[in-house]
Amino acid sequence: MEHPSTLISSRSKTSPKQLLVALAGNPNCGKTSLFNALTKLKQKVGNYPGVTVEKKIGRMMGSTPDRSVDILDLPGTYSLAVRSPDEQVARDVLLGQMPDTPRPDVVVCVVDAGNLERNLYLVSQIKDLGLPIIVVLNMMDAVKREGKVIDLVRLSQRLDAPIVPTVAMKEIGIEELKKEILQGTRRVSTQRLQLPENLQHPIERLVQVLKEEHGLNPSLAYSEALIILSKEDLKNEPLVIHSPAVKEVIMDIRQSLDQQEINWRSAAIEARYAGIQNILKDVVQQNSPRRISWSERIDRILMDKFFGWVFFWGIMGMMFFMIFSVATIPMNWIDGSFARLSDGLKTFLPPSELRDLLTDGVIAGVGGVVIFLPQILILFFFIGLLQDTGYMARAAFIMDRVMSKAGLHGKSFIPLLSSFACAIPGIMATRAIENPKDRLVTILVAPWMSCSARLPVYTILIATILPAASAWQKAGIMLFLYLLGILGAFAAAVILKRTILKGSTPFFIMEMPPYRWPSLRSVILQMWERSCLFLKKAGTIIFSLSILLWVLMSYPKSPSADISAQLNHSFAGRAGHLLEPLIKPLGFDWRIGIGLIGSFAAREVFVSTMNIVFNIGNADNHTEPLRAAFAQATWPDGSPLFTPLTCMSLLVFYIYAMQCLSTVAVVRRETNGWKWPVFQLVYMTGFAYLASLSVYQFGKLLNF
Amino acid sequence: MVQVRLSQMLAGQSGQVAELKGQADICQRLLEMGITRGITLEVVRFAPLGDPIDIKLRGYHLSLRRKEAEAILIQT
Repeated sequence: MEHPSTLISSRSKTSPKQLLVALAGNPNCGKTSLFNALTKLKQKVGNYPGVTVEKKIGRMMGSTPDRSVDILDLPGTYSLAVRSPDEQVARDVLLGQMPDTPRPDVVVCVVDAGNLERNLYLVSQIKDLGLPIIVVLNMMDAVKREGKVIDLVRLSQRLDAPIVPTVAMKEIGIEELKKEILQGTRRVSTQRLQLPENLQHPIERLVQVLKEEHGLNPSLAYSEALIILSKEDLKNEPLVIHSPAVKEVIMDIRQSLDQQEINWRSAAIEARYAGIQNILKDVVQQNSPRRISWSERIDRILMDKFFGWVFFWGIMGMMFFMIFSVATIPMNWIDGSFARLSDGLKTFLPPSELRDLLTDGVIAGVGGVVIFLPQILILFFFIGLLQDTGYMARAAFIMDRVMSKAGLHGKSFIPLLSSFACAIPGIMATRAIENPKDRLVTILVAPWMSCSARLPVYTILIATILPAASAWQKAGIMLFLYLLGILGAFAAAVILKRTILKGSTPFFIMEMPPYRWPSLRSVILQMWERSCLFLKKAGTIIFSLSILLWVLMSYPKSPSADISAQLNHSFAGRAGHLLEPLIKPLGFDWRIGIGLIGSFAAREVFVSTMNIVFNIGNADNHTEPLRAAFAQATWPDGSPLFTPLTCMSLLVFYIYAMQCLSTVAVVRRETNGWKWPVFQLVYMTGFAYLASLSVYQFGKLLNF
Repeated sequence: MVQVRLSQMLAGQSGQVAELKGQADICQRLLEMGITRGITLEVVRFAPLGDPIDIKLRGYHLSLRRKEAEAILIQT
C-alpha cells in the first residue's frame, strides 16, 4: 500500500508538447468506440503493473511531431469509490499514482447521452479531482430518437466544462473532439458539489484534517472526504489507517450525524444525484411524449419466459454449429496444406535430420497452432458480437440463477461455454467479470469444460470401446463425457467458493444496456486483438513443445530404421517407461505414457503420437487404422492393453487432467502470477489421477 | 403508506425508494447506481428462472438478484 504522503506528488510529468488524455466513463457508454475512432489502429494493449486490468493506450490521429497526443482508455467504472481493481486503476491513474503512467493532462469524460443521469455521477466525482475535463456526450443519435432535446450550451455552463456531442460508432463529432483536445483552453473547474447545509460543516472538518495530516491539496482532500464519509468499512482506506487523527474526526462526524438522524452512508451520494437532477431539470427537454424504446420492445420478446429460451439456445447452438461444423472446413484445408507442404519438402530435400526437423518438428508445430485459429476466430467473433449488441448482459441475466447455484456469477456463463471450444479464449473472456473472486473461480474450473482438442481423443477411445456402436450411441457417450466435465466444474466451483475463495457474499448488480447495432469494425478489431494474443501466448508454447517433442522422440537415434523401435529407444520412450509404474495402476502402459507426455502441447497430439507409437503411416483423419492397432495392442504377458476399462480410465483422465500447458500460461497471465496456475495444475491432475485410479481399480474388482 | 421490499414486488409494479437496509457494501453500490431515497423504481420483469430482477430507474435498466433487492424498501 502506498504511503499517503505520496498521494499528492504526480510521479512524472509529460512535456508540454506531449499531451496525455485519459478517457473515463461508465461501462457501455461507447468509450471503446470513441477510443478506436480517435486512435484508429495505433494502439498498444497491455496490463497495468500488478493487476490484470487491461491498459490500452493509443496515439491520437492527427498528432504532429511538435504536438503529440496519447489517449489512455481507462477501465469502465461507475464510481471512483474503490471496490474493484478496475476502480482502483481508474482512480490511481487520475491521481497520478499509477507506476509508469504519468498523471493525465486532461480527462475526457465519456457520457451516454441517453442515460445522462447515472453517467454524470462519475463525471461529478472526476470533477472533484482537480483535473481539466472535457465532457463528451456520446450516442447523441439515441437522444433524438427518444424525442429529447439537450441544451448543450446550458449543460456546459452548469457543468463548468466544455462539451462535445458525438456518435462515436459513426465517427460523428470526432474532429470536433480532437480540436477541443488540441486547442481548447484547459482549466480546472472550481465549481463544487452543492452539499446540504447539515453536511457542509462536517465535510469541511474532514477536508481540513486531510489537508493537515496528509498534505492533500484542497480539491483532492474534498474528493477523498466525500468518498471516505460514505464508506462503512474503512479498513482498506490508507488515509484513515495511517492517521489516527483522520479516523477520530470521521468517527466524531458520523456520531454527530447519527444523532441528527442523517444517514452518512448515503448523504454524500444523494447530494451528488440531487445536484445532477437539478442540472438536468434545466437542460433536458422531453419534446414528444416518451414511448417505449425499441430496445425495450426487443427485450419483451428476447426475455420472454418461452421465446427467451428459444433465442438463447438458438444463439448458443449457432455458435457451436459454427465452431464444430463450419470451422472444420478451413481446419481440414489447413491440415491438408501443412501435410502437402511437409510431403513436398520430403520429396524435394534429401533425407537428413534437418529435413525431419523441418517437416516433423517445425511444420507440424506451426500447423498445430494454426489449426486452432478458425475456431478461435469464430469464438471471438461471437463474443464480440454478443458484447457489442448488449446481449451478453441478457445472457448473464438469464443464466444467473443456474450459475449462482455453484456460487458463480451470471457473467461466468459465456466464458465457461467458450471453454467447450478452447479454455484459452474462455479464460480470456473472464475479464468481463468484475468481482475478482468470481472471476478466479471461473478461471479455475474452466478447463474442465471439454475443449475441442479432446474430441479426437474421445472419438478414438469411444470407437475402441464400442467399435460396432451406432452414431447415436457414440454421441450419447460423448455427451456423458461432457456432462462429467461440467459436473466436476460445478462441484469444484462450489467447493472453492466455500473454502479457499471464501469471502464477502458476491453480488449481482448489473446494468442492462440498451441493444445497439454492432459495428462490424469494432467486432473484427476485438477478434483480431484476441486472436493475436492467442497466437502469442498459446502459439509459442504449442510450437516450442512440438519441436521439443520431436527432439524427444527422435533422439537418441536407434540402430533400427523402424519408427516404433526408434520411439522405444528415444528419450520419450524412456520417459514413458519411467512413467509406467506410476500409471500402471490406472491401466496405462509406457506407450500411453508417451501419449500423455505429448498431450502437453495440445491434447489432440495424443492421436498423432499414438499413430507413431503403433507405426501407422499417414493416417490423417481416419481413426480406423489406429482403432485396429489399439484392438491388437497387448501387455507383454499377452493380455489386451486397450480393454474397455482402460479406455474408460483414459477417458476420465483426459476429462479432468490439466494437460494443456498453453492454458497454464494464459492462467498465469490472467491471474498475474504462478500461484493459481500451479494450484490448478495440481488439483486438476491430482483429481484426474484419483478418478482414473478409482475407475480402473473398482472396475477390475467388479470384473469388467 | 405501506412499505414493501423490492424483492416482494411483482412485475409491472412501481414505487418510490424509501430506504436501503442491508449489507453495507451492497447498499453503497446500489446507492451509487442511483437507487437513492425518493427515486421511482419499476419492476420490469423477472428472469425466466425467477431470479434476478430487471428494474428500471433514472431512465435505465438494472438487474439485481432478489437477495440484493431485499435491501431496498419501496413505498407503494
